[in-house]
Amino acid sequence: MNAPTSLTSNVAPIAAEAHIVAAGFPGGVPTLALATGTVLRIVDGVAHETSAHPDAGLLTAAFDRAGVVTGGYDGRIVRTSSDGSCETLADEKGRWIDAIASSPNGAVAWSVGKRVSARDDKGRVRTTETPSTAQGLVFAPKGYRVAACHYNGVSLWFPNVEAAPEALTWKGSHLDVVWSPDGKFIVTSMQESTLHGWRLADKKDMRMSGYPAKPRSLSWSHDGEWLGTSGADAAIIWPFKDKDGPMGKAPRECGVRPAKVTRVAFHPNALVLAIGYEDNCILLCRLTDASELLVRAPVKGMGAITALAWDKQGERMIFGTAEGDAGVLTLP
Amino acid sequence: MTDKIPVTVLTGYLGAGKTTLLNRILTEPHGKRFAVIVNEFGEVGIDNDLVVGADEEVFEMNNGCICCTVRGDLIRIIDGLMKRRGKFDAIIVETTGLADPAPVAQTFFVDEDVAARTKLDAVVTVVDAKWLGERLKDAPEAKNQIAFADVIILNKTDLVTAEELAAVEAKIRAINPYAVLHRTQRSAVALDAVLGKNAFDLDRILDVEPDFLESGHHHHHSDDIASVAVTVPGDIDPEKFMPWINEFTQVEGPNILRCKGILSFKNEPKRFVFQGVHMILDGDLQREWNPGETRQSKMVFIGRDLKRAEIEKAVEACRA
Repeated sequence: MNAPTSLTSNVAPIAAEAHIVAAGFPGGVPTLALATGTVLRIVDGVAHETSAHPDAGLLTAAFDRAGVVTGGYDGRIVRTSSDGSCETLADEKGRWIDAIASSPNGAVAWSVGKRVSARDDKGRVRTTETPSTAQGLVFAPKGYRVAACHYNGVSLWFPNVEAAPEALTWKGSHLDVVWSPDGKFIVTSMQESTLHGWRLADKKDMRMSGYPAKPRSLSWSHDGEWLGTSGADAAIIWPFKDKDGPMGKAPRECGVRPAKVTRVAFHPNALVLAIGYEDNCILLCRLTDASELLVRAPVKGMGAITALAWDKQGERMIFGTAEGDAGVLTLP
Repeated sequence: MTDKIPVTVLTGYLGAGKTTLLNRILTEPHGKRFAVIVNEFGEVGIDNDLVVGADEEVFEMNNGCICCTVRGDLIRIIDGLMKRRGKFDAIIVETTGLADPAPVAQTFFVDEDVAARTKLDAVVTVVDAKWLGERLKDAPEAKNQIAFADVIILNKTDLVTAEELAAVEAKIRAINPYAVLHRTQRSAVALDAVLGKNAFDLDRILDVEPDFLESGHHHHHSDDIASVAVTVPGDIDPEKFMPWINEFTQVEGPNILRCKGILSFKNEPKRFVFQGVHMILDGDLQREWNPGETRQSKMVFIGRDLKRAEIEKAVEACRA
C-alpha cells in the first residue's frame, strides 16, 4: 500500500501545554478542556483562557452545543459557554467527579461514587444510587433517560420517574458506556479489555472481545450502523446494522499501525473515522475503500492522543495529546 | 519514556499509628510532593495539598482466578492523578485498618495502564506493640497486613517491657521472616526507611537475601499463616521448576500471600529472581553468579495452610 496522502498542512497547531482531557466545537468554537482546570477557546486564531476550576484541575468533561461541562478536583461541576462565561451547576464539596455526560437539549448528568445526579435544562436536579461507583454515564439519544455503568452492569434510569433504575447485568467492571443512535443497543468497555453489549428489546448479551488493551474510546457512525473503538493496533469497527448487532460477524480493522489506538471519532455525516494513536499520530480512514489520509505524523515526547472531535458540519476536527499538543484540522 | 511514579502502600490495624506516620512523612522537610489517597472514613486530618478520598471498591477480575482482585477506585484515581503529573513526585495509599493489602498490591501488576505509569515501591505496615498480640487472635486482617509487609513499623514500643517487645517481635517474625522491621515510638522513623524501598523490584530482592538466609530451614508457624523457606544446594532445572511454580501458584494462589526466590538454573550464568502476590508471578534473570559464590536456590512462601512437606518435596524434584 502507498504511504497515506497527507493533510498535515491543513492543521493549525495550538500549544496548550497541559494534558488535554477533552476537545470539541461548542457554538462552532474550537475548545479544549485542560487538566489544569482551564478551558481554552480559539477565536479568530487567538487563544482565550477561562479558569473553570481555579487552583484545582479537571478530571472529566462533556461537550454540548453551547459549551463544555467539566468536573474538577474541587468537586464542582462547571459549564463554560462558548463566549467564555462560567456557571457552577453543582458543588460536591471536594469529592472527585467520576463521570459527566451531556444531552443535546442541555441536560447534564454526573457521578460521585455511587451517587448519580441529573440536572435537566430547567436546572432541576434528581439523584439516584448505583450498586457501586458509576464510572461511565450517557444520555439516551431520545427522551430524558441516563445509562450509568458500574461493577457488574449498567443501570438505566429515568430521572423524572420514581421507580428504581432498570438493571442490565454482566459480571465485571464496566468503565465507559455508549448508547446507539437508534436507541436499541447499549455498549460498555470493561476492565478485562473487552466490550460488552446489550440489545435493549430483550436484554440479549453481546460479547466483543480480543482487545490487547482497554477500549476506552467508542464512537458511532452518523448512520448508527458502525461502532468504532480503540484498544488495539488498529481501529476495530463493529457492524450494528442488523437487529442482532455484531453477533456472529467479524469486525472491520482500519488504520493498522505498530501503535495502539487511544481515541476514535466518526465523521458526523460520512463513513470516515478519525483515529488517534498512543504515539500522537492521527489518520483518517474511509470505511468504503479503506483509504487513509495522514492528519498528523507522530512527534516524539508529545504523548498519546487523548481528545478527538469533529464539528457539527464535519468540516473541522480538533485533537489534543497527553502532553498538551493540540490542533485543528480544516478539511480542504 | 518518563519515570514511573513510586507508590507506597500504608497499612495497619486501627489505632496502630498509621495516620501519625503519614503526617510525619508529609511534614518532614524532604522537598518531595506527595499525592495521598486515603479511605473516605479517614478520622484525622491529613496535612497535604493533594488528598483524594477512595472508596476501597474491590473488584474481581474475570480471568478465571478467584483471588485476582483489584481496587477499581484506585485504578480510576491514578488515571485522574496522572493527568496532572508534575504536581507530585510520589503517591501514598493509606488503607483502612480492616483492608486486605492484596487487592491494592495486585492493582499495580494486573492493570496495564496503572503498571505503565506507576510502580509499587513497598507495603509498609504499622503495628501496635502493646495490642498486636490481641489483634492477631481476633483480627485476620492484622495477620494479613503483617504477612504482606515489606517494611514493618513496630510502634508504641514505649508502652511495653523489653520482654513483651521481644515476644511481639517473635510473633511478627513467625508470620513474616523477611520484612525489614523498625521499632518506633509515635511512628518516628527515618523517611528513607519507609520510602524508596523498591521492594517489588526484582533487582532489589537480592538485598533482602540476608533475611532469607536467617530463615533457613526453620519452620515458622503462627496459627494458620506461616512462612515456608526452602534452600536447595546446586542447580535447579528450569524445565521442571517453571511448570511447577506456575501450577503451584495457580492452585495454591488464594493461600499464598507473598513469595520471593533466587534460583540457580542449570547452565545459566545469571541468577533467576522471582516474586509474587497470590497468583501473580514476576521473574527475570538478574546479575551473574560471582566466582566463588555458592550456587544454590532459595525461596520463601508466606501464606495460609501451606503444605511445607509438599513444597519441599516438589522443589527437591526440580533439582537438575
